[in-house]
Amino acid sequence: MMLSGLRTHLTAIGLAALLAGCQATPPVEPRGTGDLGVVVERATGSLAVVDTSERRILTRVEGLGDLSHASVKFSRDARFAFVFGRDGGLSRVDLLSGEITHRVMQSGNSIGGAISQDGSLVAVANYEPGGVKLFDSQTLVEVAEIPATYRDENGEAQRSKVVGLVDAPGNRFVYSLFEAGEIAMIDMNGEAPEVTRFPDIGEAPYDALIGPNGRYYIAGLFGEDGLALLDLWHLEEGVTRILPDYGRGEARLPVYKMPHLEGWSVAGDEAWLPAVGRHEVLVADADDWSLVERIPVHGQPIFVMSRPDERQVWVNFAHPDNDVVQVIDTETREVIRTLSPGEAVLHMEFTPKGEHAWVSARDSDRITVYDTRTFEVLATLDSESPSGIFFTDRAHRIGL
Amino acid sequence: MPLPAPRLLLLACCWLPVAALADSALSTARQAELETLLYQDCGSCHGMTLRGGLGPPLPRSRMNAYDRDGLAALILNGVPGTAMPGWAGLLSEQEARWLADHLQNDNPLDE
Repeated sequence: MMLSGLRTHLTAIGLAALLAGCQATPPVEPRGTGDLGVVVERATGSLAVVDTSERRILTRVEGLGDLSHASVKFSRDARFAFVFGRDGGLSRVDLLSGEITHRVMQSGNSIGGAISQDGSLVAVANYEPGGVKLFDSQTLVEVAEIPATYRDENGEAQRSKVVGLVDAPGNRFVYSLFEAGEIAMIDMNGEAPEVTRFPDIGEAPYDALIGPNGRYYIAGLFGEDGLALLDLWHLEEGVTRILPDYGRGEARLPVYKMPHLEGWSVAGDEAWLPAVGRHEVLVADADDWSLVERIPVHGQPIFVMSRPDERQVWVNFAHPDNDVVQVIDTETREVIRTLSPGEAVLHMEFTPKGEHAWVSARDSDRITVYDTRTFEVLATLDSESPSGIFFTDRAHRIGL
Repeated sequence: MPLPAPRLLLLACCWLPVAALADSALSTARQAELETLLYQDCGSCHGMTLRGGLGPPLPRSRMNAYDRDGLAALILNGVPGTAMPGWAGLLSEQEARWLADHLQNDNPLDE
């Protein structure tokens, strides 16, 4: 009985395999991708494809290599996820079929990437060897390589690690060179990539962001106070220093984890940003970049992210205070809620219109979905060592 | 009926020193926490596989260029002028020695 059951089953599988073999790609049920997303599972090197309407994991994609500190961008049609692995792996994942359509090992050590305004190119920021590589977003065939070369204090040519790579309007990419202390811009409108360099921006830029309208590119400096700002509307003005008191300061705590600048929010006329080495979220005037307020919080902030309607800012923290998420009301600038989603909270992502927030807790192997109005827990999903959460609405946002 | 948890823990504590004389007072639970700290939190700069990131790679050969106490001191005090913080606020000397010992002898990056 059992045997015959098994045989029937095997026949069925064989038939299914035969049928599948006749088709170029496995059958995919027609559906939109606007409510899909992915969660990076860093310990297992897998990606959980999630449905934010049903609040569940649809499938898991494995074989993506070392995903510690991995990040994800989406194709212009929001169907494909580009996964940038720490080990230099670049993978293109079909969210609908759950398959890796293309994968290349493109460097020894990479930190992230960006997709061009027109969606045709994927750029990767590499640590080793330092530079940017550009790929065709359909095929992952390499299109260009721009080494991040500079001369060190002895006049010798070196390659710098590349950080803070973003897309910018006009089919451009902007990035920073960690050791070289430089911002660079690639213009992809000509026949060959044209690179403009802005040297001497300050010591050790460690991450950067571009504002939601793509005008300001801002790099955080680990080696000194202040931030380096490039106004993409006025490149002739070069790089200027803003928020001169921002950064190391005199009485700074040891920084156990670099803050991320991607999480920076611009809410109204104000920018909300993580203080470096202080238990504070800073509010700055986004016109003249003067400091407006310091808001005391639970620990050293890592991500400071505004809900899409800009009424709330959610903050997570560095080790050892990383079991908490705090919510700040942007109007009163007060912490209105302290949530406990689990151990080692690494990332947060809002649904496109902000009614829910998904939060990953690495050491609790859990993703928690919150209602952002009531703070009720709507769902908890099992996920091994979850880190970055990325929803497909990023496909249509500048710099994300 | 299973042993109540506190008694189990006590039993574990009694057995431990025989196995790990060098760091006798570190509980297995604390050792597990330190291992998580090493690969996950140190890993955010040095890579989860210790192959490096914004911080340099930490292969076994490089870790053995120091003596154990020297490496522990580096962990506790940090490296001035770099992004490497001193961990003295979070780790005891004994815990730093455990990490140094792990990096020198149980390092998965055998290069």
